[in-house]
Amino acid sequence: MSTSNLTRRGLIKNSAIAGAGFAAPTIFTASSAAAYTNEPTGGSVTLGFNVPQSGPYADEGADELRAYELAVEHLNGGGDGGMMNTFSSKELTGNGILGKKVEFVTGDTQTKSDAARASAKSMIEKDGAVMITGGSSSGVAIAVQGLCQEAGVIFMAGLTHSNDTTGKDKKANGFRHFFNGYMSAAALAPVLQNLYGSDRNAYHLTADYTWGWTQEESIAAATEAMGWNTVNKVRTPLASTDFSSYIAPVLNSGADVLVLNHYGGNMVNSLTNAVQFGLRDKIVNGKQFEIVVPLYSRLMAKGAGANVKGIHGSTNWHWSLQDEGSKAFVKSFGTKYGFPPSQAAHTVYCQTMLYADAAQRAGTFNPCGIVEALEGYEFDGLGNGKTLYRADDHQCFKDVLVVRGKENPTSEFDLLEVVEVTPTSQVIYEADHPMFAGGALGSCNPGA
Amino acid sequence: MLKLNKRDTLLFVIVTAMVLLAPFLLNPFPQGSSMAQMFNAGYPDLMQRFVIFGILVIGFNILFGLTGYLSFGHAAFLGIGSYAAVWMFKLLSMNIIPALILSMIIAGIFSLAIGYVSLRRSGIYFSILTLAFAQMSYNLAYSVLGNPSSSYNLTNGETGLQLALDDPRILDGAAAANGALPVTKLFGLAMRDSYNLNVGGWLFTFNVGYYVAGILMLISFYVSIRIFRSPFGMMLRAVKSNQQRMNYTGLNTKPYTLAAFVISGMYAGLAGGLLSSMDPLAGAERMHWTASGEIVIMAILGGVGTLIGPIVGAGFNEYFKNILSKINDGVLHQWLSFLPDGLENFIVGILHYFVGKGWHLTLGLLFMLVIIFLPGGLVEGGQRLAKMFKSKKTDDESDSNNTPAE
Amino acid sequence: MDQILLQILNGLDKGSAYALIALGLTLIFGTLGVVNFAHGALFMIGAFCAVTLQRILNISTITIDPTKTDFLGNPAKIKTPVVETWFGPEMGASIIDWSVPLAILFAIPIMAAVGFIMERGLIKHFYKRPHADQILVTFGLAIVLQEVIKAFYGANPIPTPAPEAFRGSFDFGTYLGYEANAIIYPYWRMVYFGFSAVIIAAVFAFLQFTTFGMVVRAGMADRETVGLLGINIDKRFTIMFAIAACVAGLAGVMYAPINSPNYHMGMDFLVLSFVVVVVGGMGSLPGAVLAGFMLGILEAFASMNQVKAIFPGIDQIIIYLVAIIIILTRPRGLMGRRGVMEE
Repeated sequence: MSTSNLTRRGLIKNSAIAGAGFAAPTIFTASSAAAYTNEPTGGSVTLGFNVPQSGPYADEGADELRAYELAVEHLNGGGDGGMMNTFSSKELTGNGILGKKVEFVTGDTQTKSDAARASAKSMIEKDGAVMITGGSSSGVAIAVQGLCQEAGVIFMAGLTHSNDTTGKDKKANGFRHFFNGYMSAAALAPVLQNLYGSDRNAYHLTADYTWGWTQEESIAAATEAMGWNTVNKVRTPLASTDFSSYIAPVLNSGADVLVLNHYGGNMVNSLTNAVQFGLRDKIVNGKQFEIVVPLYSRLMAKGAGANVKGIHGSTNWHWSLQDEGSKAFVKSFGTKYGFPPSQAAHTVYCQTMLYADAAQRAGTFNPCGIVEALEGYEFDGLGNGKTLYRADDHQCFKDVLVVRGKENPTSEFDLLEVVEVTPTSQVIYEADHPMFAGGALGSCNPGA
Repeated sequence: MLKLNKRDTLLFVIVTAMVLLAPFLLNPFPQGSSMAQMFNAGYPDLMQRFVIFGILVIGFNILFGLTGYLSFGHAAFLGIGSYAAVWMFKLLSMNIIPALILSMIIAGIFSLAIGYVSLRRSGIYFSILTLAFAQMSYNLAYSVLGNPSSSYNLTNGETGLQLALDDPRILDGAAAANGALPVTKLFGLAMRDSYNLNVGGWLFTFNVGYYVAGILMLISFYVSIRIFRSPFGMMLRAVKSNQQRMNYTGLNTKPYTLAAFVISGMYAGLAGGLLSSMDPLAGAERMHWTASGEIVIMAILGGVGTLIGPIVGAGFNEYFKNILSKINDGVLHQWLSFLPDGLENFIVGILHYFVGKGWHLTLGLLFMLVIIFLPGGLVEGGQRLAKMFKSKKTDDESDSNNTPAE
Repeated sequence: MDQILLQILNGLDKGSAYALIALGLTLIFGTLGVVNFAHGALFMIGAFCAVTLQRILNISTITIDPTKTDFLGNPAKIKTPVVETWFGPEMGASIIDWSVPLAILFAIPIMAAVGFIMERGLIKHFYKRPHADQILVTFGLAIVLQEVIKAFYGANPIPTPAPEAFRGSFDFGTYLGYEANAIIYPYWRMVYFGFSAVIIAAVFAFLQFTTFGMVVRAGMADRETVGLLGINIDKRFTIMFAIAACVAGLAGVMYAPINSPNYHMGMDFLVLSFVVVVVGGMGSLPGAVLAGFMLGILEAFASMNQVKAIFPGIDQIIIYLVAIIIILTRPRGLMGRRGVMEE
């Protein structure tokens, strides 16, 4: 009974039906029968939700976890069905996936590549998860994606915005629904041009790590293409909590736009500091000084409070959208938890649904079957309009929202307003675009 | 046997047996039961971590336990070892032998340099010096040395250094032909290969990587016993008890402490190399000061200056970290489903803060309790228990040992 | 030149935060001989006092407004802060606006109580234990405290703005003959600098000119002899711990508008403030203040683009680099005493 690598759980996983607190009925098939890693053979299938539960992104992780629980409830036929009813594919019927009840295990990524991989490994090796999903940063997404490729399970990325996730670090077993730095830039640039004109001098403050660099590269390229001049690109240490010494010289540099390529706590602090310095009240080169935050999230807007008012950025999804899918999702999430979902919650809910639907259509949980079912798949009704999962890089292409911090919020959740919905055609790029070049998708790995 | 005295031999035999039988010991619950779901720890990744962190803390104990020098930057050597090993996999071969050798050498060089400078001071000044060096390494690895677009991308920054299909791998480059990344191996044995044994409802996994790391841990443990019992070890202890007096006798203690520092740095390098061998990705977070703090915590939890303490502490910490963070409300409800609903919800509501996202809180509390009530760590707790059982009939006073000291 | 002036301002401001935390740390170390790794957590708790007061002032009565709807389409709930009903909308709104300065009054009793409980409940038992044990138990306490805060307030930063009157920035440049906007500095940060100067001066004056301070200073120098004189030094040390907790807490309260407080801000400051204390010299109050400002200014200089162009990444490591150089050239930090913490 010798098996190589990570398949040990699949064959006896059948016994792990919820609440069976007793020893397993011993159904021993030869282990070679497992066609792929963690093949579910019983009445249930296990998904691994790997989200930050400690560290600075813990609240975002908590929101992801809520959305996952909601998705599992809907898949198993509970609740009001949420976006399952508006999803263009009608394969899912509330009967689990392929007739198997959906169960899940959770883990803590701590927003560290190491810890995230350890947590994902334990889900694969110990709990028999066939799919890993979640996360709130690109470093973690890329690290876990690599692990899933080697282990032979599917990775459905959570919130990851770096170009690299589906660029130079793309993997056949990994899929991303979230948008990326390039798409943010492509969506933002025309709006910024309309608002602030094409004769501007931009000053970049960039968090000194992978995501920051790709974001800065994308925004600088897009704004330079419409005539803006980039005055300076300054890297700030990730551990910075006070950005005053980086912000103080901005006004002196002749710049009239400040681009903050920061995320999470970094962004909250840098934006707060910039507003403190009164940058937005200044007139430079005869123009009103402006601040741009390319990637927005509601949690960040909440942390920065009144400082976000009037500041533009982009986001993957927002709960105020009025299409049927978004409305259904906000209703079912809001009814269950009492507040509207964040974009992180939305993207992981979609990812879970897309995975379930792909398994249903493929008729198997085999990663290669899933990959085939998702590649080039077009769908609608999940809140972002018509969407394509491109086969070349496993990136979703959909409309991107340009948002602005609301001047007069009516509630504590009503912090952003959608300025423009940039259509897919404006944000799509060739799969071999230089910003995404360098890696290879490889071939799907079913493990075993 | 092995030039060890009787007690040490017994200890060594017990540890050897525990390492060899770990797949059985760590899976006490039958597969599929709800207890197994959470408490079984006999899966390869966690077992590997037990022994690898065991090596790390054994090494740390040689420095801190013997000389009393508290290094608050030991994680840097772990990180440096990890990077060295991954570079070896990228450039030379997927065989772990050269990788481990290089990670020990590089960690040794770094610890020689850092130790040479830091050991010029003692007490908290030494701790802050090591901390400063480690934080510098971490910050540089995370940003400046890790920019993929620069020409000196040594660490690949936030994502961590990982293998790629187009790495040169001079000795066995052809292995990457089928589009999958090659796996780390010891000659023919892949680290991630496992042999599964089903007995009744139980499933036991024997993982190659675990046994490789386990054997290395046993060797490390053996070396550490020999160091503890050697004249060199005595000298280090003398440094701990009164360095000034040592200096007055005309003896220069620095070579001894420096040697201990380098040995302990090389242990950390070996542990880092092993981490990369089991999972070829090296992240900068491994070098953060909180990671160094965790090493100290593991050493203290187990019992500083004892032989077995580091292994106990590392195992305890890794186990609870992995298990606690995976328990969620659903699991709690499942366990407590036998209680009446109101009581069940109440208890889950309380436990909610201590598991899953609250695992830091539980570990912090446990750690405080150990420091307050068991200054000698878990080993001391075990000794007290043993003493209590032995002397119960004759001497009731030993019970007072169990109450807090103050 | 204007760049350098600007960074000196920045450095003074960063430095005052470092100095305030380091002052409390070294006060505890000097008097009690305890290395308190939970000191960053006290700073954090102070900041959360500001958050809490803001929340208390925002306690609202809820009325249902049927003309508006919330995000689910249900009738909207309108919240009216209780203080606005009590004091009238304008007065109420300005009370809420001034919640951070008001939080100073709110924080003093809370921080003193926290300090008292910490010292009597835990630290007291560690006076005779090795420094390593003190470091570790307070480190554990710091983890526990920050996790408790996280459980109540979440991990996301919570905005606590300064009063309307202090928003915006002051243009120094125009007074010094530079162009407009060359040297601007936010009002609140200047308030912070002034505030920390007052606190530091107050602590020094207290130790220098009161009998209580004299006894404490004597106790710092020779605890045993002071005890033999029949003075209850323990009680005074408890009070010193409470004072140090207040200093850290007030530093946190005033820092809240500068950066939105979050549960791990204490840990972010902890390592740096420790470096500051050690560079200043363990147990030396002037050393801590001096080192705080020095490292703050150096850090600000290192983040200048001109400097970074020569040494890439220097802003990431400058503090540690300086700390190493100082400890190596001055064995006991800038102003440390012989034999302290070297065993």
